[in-house]
Amino acid sequence: MESYSWEDLQNIFLMQGFAGISLFSVLLLMGLGLAVIFGQMGVINMAHGEFMALGAYTVYLCSTLTAEYAPSFGPYYFVVAIFIAFIICALVGAAVEWLMIRRLYHRPLDTLLATWGLSLIMQQTFRSTFGAREVTPTLPEWLMGSYSPKEGLDIPINGMFVLGLAIAVSLALLLFMYKSSFGLRLRATVQNRKMSGAVGINTNSVDRLAFALGCGIAGIAGAAFTTIGSTGPDSGSRYIVDAFLVVVFGGAASLMGSLASAFGIAQAQSILEFFLEGTKGKVATLLVIVVALMIRPQGLFPSKVRAH
Amino acid sequence: MKQRTPSLHRRLLPVVGLLALSAITASAKPPTSEVNTTGLAVTDDTVTVGQLHSATGTMAISETGSIQAEQLAIDQINAAGGVLGRQIKVIKEDGASDWPTFAEKAKKLLVSDKVGTVFGCWTSASRKAVLPVFEKENGMLYYPTFYEGLEQSKNVIYTGQEATQQIIAGLDWIVKEKKAKTFYLIGSDYIWPRTSAKIARKHIENVIKGTVVGEEYYALGHTQFGSLINKIKLKKPDVIYAIVVGGSNVSFYKQLKAAGITSAKQTLLTISVTEDEVLGIGGENLVGFYSAMKYFQSLDNENNKTFVKAFKDKYGANSVIGDVTQAGYLGPWLWKAAVEKANSFDIDKIAAASPGLELTTAPEGYVKVHPNHHLWSKLRIGQWGTDGQAKVLYESELIEPDPFPKGYQ
Amino acid sequence: MIFFRTLFKTKGEAISFAVFVALIAIILPLALPIFRLNLVGKYLSYGFVAIGLVLLWGRCGILSLGQGVFFGLGGYCMAMFLKLEASDPVSTSIQTTPGIPDFMDWNQITQLPWFWEPFKSFTFASCAVFLLPGLIAFIIGWAMFRRRVGGVYFAIITQAIALILSLGIDGNQGFTGGRNGITDLKTLLGWDIRTTGAQYTLYFLCVFLLLASALLAKYIINTRFGRVLMAMRDREDRVRFSGYDVAMCRTFVFALAAMLSGLGGALFVLQVGFMSPSLVGIIPSIEMVIFTAVGGRLSVIGAILGCLIVNFGKTAFSEAYPDAWLYLMGGTFIAVVMFFPDGLAGIIEKSGTIKTKLVTLGAGLMKKLKPAESAEKASAAVAEIPKTAEP
Repeated sequence: MESYSWEDLQNIFLMQGFAGISLFSVLLLMGLGLAVIFGQMGVINMAHGEFMALGAYTVYLCSTLTAEYAPSFGPYYFVVAIFIAFIICALVGAAVEWLMIRRLYHRPLDTLLATWGLSLIMQQTFRSTFGAREVTPTLPEWLMGSYSPKEGLDIPINGMFVLGLAIAVSLALLLFMYKSSFGLRLRATVQNRKMSGAVGINTNSVDRLAFALGCGIAGIAGAAFTTIGSTGPDSGSRYIVDAFLVVVFGGAASLMGSLASAFGIAQAQSILEFFLEGTKGKVATLLVIVVALMIRPQGLFPSKVRAH
Repeated sequence: MKQRTPSLHRRLLPVVGLLALSAITASAKPPTSEVNTTGLAVTDDTVTVGQLHSATGTMAISETGSIQAEQLAIDQINAAGGVLGRQIKVIKEDGASDWPTFAEKAKKLLVSDKVGTVFGCWTSASRKAVLPVFEKENGMLYYPTFYEGLEQSKNVIYTGQEATQQIIAGLDWIVKEKKAKTFYLIGSDYIWPRTSAKIARKHIENVIKGTVVGEEYYALGHTQFGSLINKIKLKKPDVIYAIVVGGSNVSFYKQLKAAGITSAKQTLLTISVTEDEVLGIGGENLVGFYSAMKYFQSLDNENNKTFVKAFKDKYGANSVIGDVTQAGYLGPWLWKAAVEKANSFDIDKIAAASPGLELTTAPEGYVKVHPNHHLWSKLRIGQWGTDGQAKVLYESELIEPDPFPKGYQ
Repeated sequence: MIFFRTLFKTKGEAISFAVFVALIAIILPLALPIFRLNLVGKYLSYGFVAIGLVLLWGRCGILSLGQGVFFGLGGYCMAMFLKLEASDPVSTSIQTTPGIPDFMDWNQITQLPWFWEPFKSFTFASCAVFLLPGLIAFIIGWAMFRRRVGGVYFAIITQAIALILSLGIDGNQGFTGGRNGITDLKTLLGWDIRTTGAQYTLYFLCVFLLLASALLAKYIINTRFGRVLMAMRDREDRVRFSGYDVAMCRTFVFALAAMLSGLGGALFVLQVGFMSPSLVGIIPSIEMVIFTAVGGRLSVIGAILGCLIVNFGKTAFSEAYPDAWLYLMGGTFIAVVMFFPDGLAGIIEKSGTIKTKLVTLGAGLMKKLKPAESAEKASAAVAEIPKTAEP
């Protein structure tokens, strides 16, 4: 690195810092929904990635419909589409909970297998509905491009958008979990299902709402990712390992843990990718996480609650 | 690189003309015992062929076009009277993007179904998996994808370009047009991008006398290119040479655009983006970048107009045709020509008859089979527009296929 | 005789095992052409993984989503040996450096890497086929079980390991063949493995080793050790307080399952003729769990049959309706997990139980009608129940 100007290095440093933060927001969005479903409820939802894909396809559908029926709405549809993605995913999630998951709460490993079956069905449904090819929604112009305060320094706008969304969703979720009465009931159910039932909490409906909430957040994540990635029938399967590692590494039962681990993993990966080439960066990151988990299986923020 | 034009100037017959011609010749039908001495699935009225692609799994995205084009060609051949008076029957098998499955299905087609030929495969990995099967069972495979070379088999006809055909003329053009000296090579992590990058690097360093300032590979399906883009910005290459495939492609171009790397500031040449990929990436994310391919849907010649119309009539007005789709379309026609020249369906006779075959009706213009079973073909440079179509800026002479290039190993 | 008793607790078990042996060793080879039989051989090589999963998951309650890693390691060990044999200087004379595997030559490697050297020896390679997976499983298992990592965490960590290995193989194609894998394997110690005769031999070798492994697994399950394993699955703390080294027992089973998987991988390579990272990663690892679950996670024979049935279904169904296949597979899988957690073996056993119940009921009715005569029969039928309804 001999012939680079100080200016260059400064810019790269800033942009690389932003790349790390941007990856953090991506991992966080992936992990948040799972932190509710897996972290709080103990359901190993292997179809989490497919719910993200469902959110992304919803945006694609909105984009197509807007272009057809209300072209003037084009610049704004994206914000609305995110809400629709949330609602659709939450509804599908509630249905899945009612049909499938509620029968499996006492067999957590089996939820893994059953939801994997679900993910196969969802993938094939996407393929039959939208075709095997990758699709891309038309994004409003304001989302694409970069903010360039000076020559050589470009901060991607879509990155900032995803970051903003990640922060907003995390805050909303934290408030919801710790300040609302539903959050209280959910936390009570997670800690002691029988006692919660005994004091009059309808644990069945709490479960359903929580699962729907997690799926809805996955839908938001999927919608946001259309700005940076692609949408295909199999895109969900690309996210699943990362999402689980974020939650497990953070210490499953802790939302703050997921935040911290998303940050740690993102920084490690983006720095390693900068200095190592390509795939090696990713492999090194995964190795670090796995070894860390072997040494400290409870994750970064272990749950203080006694296991039941 | 040796270059050559066809010795005879040929009038480009439209496909329809050829169809009519073969309909006439079809009436004189040679007996089955003569044209099929090795027990293939050939009867007096039909010949059975196999089609082996991924209809499911991650590769289905890419292979759909080839499946459609091969089917279109077969339908057209059948409508015009078939091959040696026999209608083509197709057995479709799904490789499911899984290499052992490809090997299994290839074996089924050759051993159980005794098909006359197979049109299929897409990735190098699937071809490598089936190749020993084709060589052992003595089958014939028409392989449509542009690929890394380093291979030559009596049992395969490669209808796409091998790496040197696709790379060298493209690099020469970009150097001439853009006065490029520094290159950044980016690829997906498997043999085709790596071998292509190797050939590109040798050509850049030894012939162009330029420098490669970076060379990196990312796992297929990788979606986060932030760190890479920063490295590109630091090195400021004249040309980004991209060999990224599949889902990664979409993320790569979207993130490039978002980081302010657009065609206004940066030259980018890719050998892995066809009209099919643009559908997923979105033309607006690619606008102004260049692709080096032997075929673009926008090619302006009579063969291509007929082909595009037939394709759209069959598969809808919104369907697009990429390089590999067109190469897939050549397969059945080349096989038909070989069978008719050999006057036999026997694999050995087809293999022997193939070198020197010419196809003047190809949508890409004119192709000729080389003794090494690859095709002579031209290279074009297209510049992408927002509508997902490329404007062809350059067309090379016919390039000789050279799967084992000396000096590039 | 005592040994036989340990293997088969009931007559029914012995009979079903005999039927199974007849099926794969006699009926299938006679009924199928060699091409299909070769496929069966390929599916049976997944059966080794399934046996390991029955021990590990069914009996110990530990779900590993990384069995593809061990299958892959075993397969790669064998493939490396075969590839070196196929890459003699004469048949690779077209290369820049003759005598090394073709993919190394394509990646400008001019000398055989050091870790390939030992694989020139057949003895080394065939030992590495199960010792290497066993050793790696031992290290991973010991590190995790000692810290009492179990359940979900173990599943996800093993899944991450599967991802690391498949990315690692992909990313180092000069040394591993990358995504293409190691292809075009021809001979084993000069013996052409692609001929029909060789394929029959390899099939029967596979069947023999599979049956031996199945008996070993049955033996383990039916000994005291097997019962301790189950006890650990159901009440871990009590077993620990009784003085058993839970971590060591689990590590042992994990390593054993890995060794079986490695053996399966090697037999896969011999029968299919190549190895690729697509058999190592996350999806094949989960698929092998699915085969086991469909067949029955508690039953050794059931799990092997699961491999056969799911794969046959996949082949037959994907030939006829490629689109519907994923729906069917996903749907079957959900149904099995939700309604028949013990898989096909469980269904068959249950139907057995229902039958005995009907017999009892019938006998009871008879007793009412003809109290004196049928009392004996009824009690005989009742006495049958515990034998046939073995869990």
